[in-house]
Amino acid sequence: MTEINQTPPDRRNFVSKAAAVIIGGLITVVAPVAGLLTFLDPLRRKSDARGMVRVTSLAALPETGEPRKFPVLDTLIDAWNKTENVPVGSVYVQKTGENTVRVLSSVCPHLGCSVGYNATAHGYFCPCHKSSFAVDGRVKDPKSPSPRAMDELDAEVRNGEVWVKYQNFRKGSPDKTPV
Amino acid sequence: MADMRTWLDQRTGYKALVHEALFENVPGGARWRYVWGSTLTFFFAVQVITGLFLWMSYSPSSQTAWESVYFIQHQMWGGWFLRGLHHFVAQAMTVLLVLHLMQVIIDGAYKAPREVNYWFGVGLLLLVLALSLTGYLLPWDQNGYWSTAVSTNIVGMSPGVGPSLQPLVVGGANYGHHTLTRFFALHAGVIPGLIIVLIVGHVYLFRRHGLTPKEPRKGPDQGFWPEQVLRDAVACLAVLAVVIFFIVRDHGAPLGAPADPAEQFSAARPEWYFLFLFQLLKYFPGKTEIIGAIVLPTVSLVVLCAIPILGKWKLGHRFNLGFVGVMLAGIALLSWQAITADRGDAEFQVAKAGASRDAARAVELANGGVPITGALSLVRNDAYTQGPRLFSRNCSSCHRYDGHDGLGNALPKDSISASDLKGYGSRAWVKGFLNADTILTSRYWGGTAHAEGDMAMWLADHIPETEQSRTTRENVVLALSSRATLQSQAALDVADSARIAVGLRYMRDTTAGCAECHTFQDVGTDSPELTNWGSRQWMLEFVHDPTHPRFFGRDNDRMPSFGKEKSMSDREIEMVVDWIRGEWYRPKGVVKTP
Repeated sequence: MTEINQTPPDRRNFVSKAAAVIIGGLITVVAPVAGLLTFLDPLRRKSDARGMVRVTSLAALPETGEPRKFPVLDTLIDAWNKTENVPVGSVYVQKTGENTVRVLSSVCPHLGCSVGYNATAHGYFCPCHKSSFAVDGRVKDPKSPSPRAMDELDAEVRNGEVWVKYQNFRKGSPDKTPV
Repeated sequence: MADMRTWLDQRTGYKALVHEALFENVPGGARWRYVWGSTLTFFFAVQVITGLFLWMSYSPSSQTAWESVYFIQHQMWGGWFLRGLHHFVAQAMTVLLVLHLMQVIIDGAYKAPREVNYWFGVGLLLLVLALSLTGYLLPWDQNGYWSTAVSTNIVGMSPGVGPSLQPLVVGGANYGHHTLTRFFALHAGVIPGLIIVLIVGHVYLFRRHGLTPKEPRKGPDQGFWPEQVLRDAVACLAVLAVVIFFIVRDHGAPLGAPADPAEQFSAARPEWYFLFLFQLLKYFPGKTEIIGAIVLPTVSLVVLCAIPILGKWKLGHRFNLGFVGVMLAGIALLSWQAITADRGDAEFQVAKAGASRDAARAVELANGGVPITGALSLVRNDAYTQGPRLFSRNCSSCHRYDGHDGLGNALPKDSISASDLKGYGSRAWVKGFLNADTILTSRYWGGTAHAEGDMAMWLADHIPETEQSRTTRENVVLALSSRATLQSQAALDVADSARIAVGLRYMRDTTAGCAECHTFQDVGTDSPELTNWGSRQWMLEFVHDPTHPRFFGRDNDRMPSFGKEKSMSDREIEMVVDWIRGEWYRPKGVVKTP
């Protein structure tokens, strides 16, 4: 008797609880999910895919193979802004032969500071965490914190002008992975 | 009045609340060592208030962040004080947090039943550090930008999630508007919100378990009000006095030059209390980097969180004391190493001096009004800022400027040395040039093929020996230098116009004067042409193409034709020339904002 009396309220109670949890859950997730989508939006944004950009003329490079630094001028997209012909980064260009060049990104592969060239020491040097590189970009000092050599960029000489494909790579990794 | 209080109390119960808040029992009476929690709460409130006021004037975007912070710092009533207060209280809070943590560890206030409250405290510590990290970027100056680049790249290094986490933090693949909007939302919304929740929990648990009295007790129990409140207030006052000292000394908070992703910044350093992490990164080469960047800090943090559990062990409390002691000593040692390494680093000092030069110049330019494209467009187009960089990049492999590379860095002694261009065209420069001895030094043509050219030979054959010939030479120096029409010499050129006229007559002499060889005005035939020699236009055309027949022609010694070969743009040539001439833009005055 008592069992029969107790069961119906329990069942009604269960339905109410389940409904409250489901409805409560549904109304609770709407706002976070709405926000989450824009929050995750950066995951689908890739770094601007750049074509070849002219950085300098071959004549501007010392015959000695000493590197010189040049800004890379290209289109910069920053969210809603698009600006033409502004510096998007800088590169070191070295003459390696009659018609060949080596182009190294000035971004340190360690953690992304900007690498300087030291003419006295004939090598590259990062002012942040003291990574050092040989003149060809390789890590020469085993104490250098950088896990890999400076990033060499695709480059070619066209009619005496140096063209470069400027891109960024993941920092702090032994592998050169484009981002 | 009493009626009203009763009326309100019946409806809100506020009297019990006030009583609860003020008459907390302080076992053993009020003591100075209990002040840390209250001071931290007080200064958090200060940060909320100053932060809200800063918010009213701040605009997070790549073209407006630096600009709006500049405006607060340099144009708004008391803006420098407001920024200074927010900046230095943030630093004081870090110190107070460490003191609070030390007091909790030493007094064993983490022990049961206060474990959860301890974890709330560690959470608060991390959130305050996160505030500092996110706040550092918001002015969007060079230092904040490059330091944040490093810290977000460390995020990207985290195993597994790193590559996805980094764009979420940065707001895309590159730093820009969305980096600022995200950091600002974290700094002004998400993190302070979490802090408030944790503070409420922290204070609630603190009241629930009561204060951990330091034994032996000094006296009978007291209420929180007024003895402990007085001590807390005095502690806050002392910290505030120190903070105000720094605000006045530095006239607010630092603001570097506007962030430029394309411009090398060699003076990037994190806030002083993160220097130990920065220094740690230097000790782990190659693939071991992750140990210094992520593993060690994480392990330390895990141990810090485990302190209440470790404390149950017989020697636990001693271990905890030792661990925190060693950790703090390690932090102090690493920070000290970072500071001494920078002090002894000549290149870093040059970079730091350059950074403050650029910062001061950016403010000077902004004082003339910032265009909608932002302050960076002013800086990039400024001869004073860009001249030394362009010189260093393009000219310093041969030339020097006052003995250095334009930016202040020493140059290798063996580098081929064309003339030192400091003061080019000035009387002092021309005087040294038109002298048989000094022209052969490395300051002028000593390192060039011209050392054996006609000019050097002519000077050697014509060393002025009589008083008259010396006067003639001096007059020629004045006359040639006046062709450069340097603004800095304008008054002198007017004052000496009579002597200059005499010098010019000599220059025009085609039998014994300059025009015997050089083209000068309508006389002479040979190059380099001296008409308007050293003037802005003459210099621009010379740098454009020194091999032009007007200049060195085939006698040119290795100087590249920067303009003709398009290795420098016209504007870049203008900026380096204007910088060498000392004729950069000087703002007329500060724009008055109504």
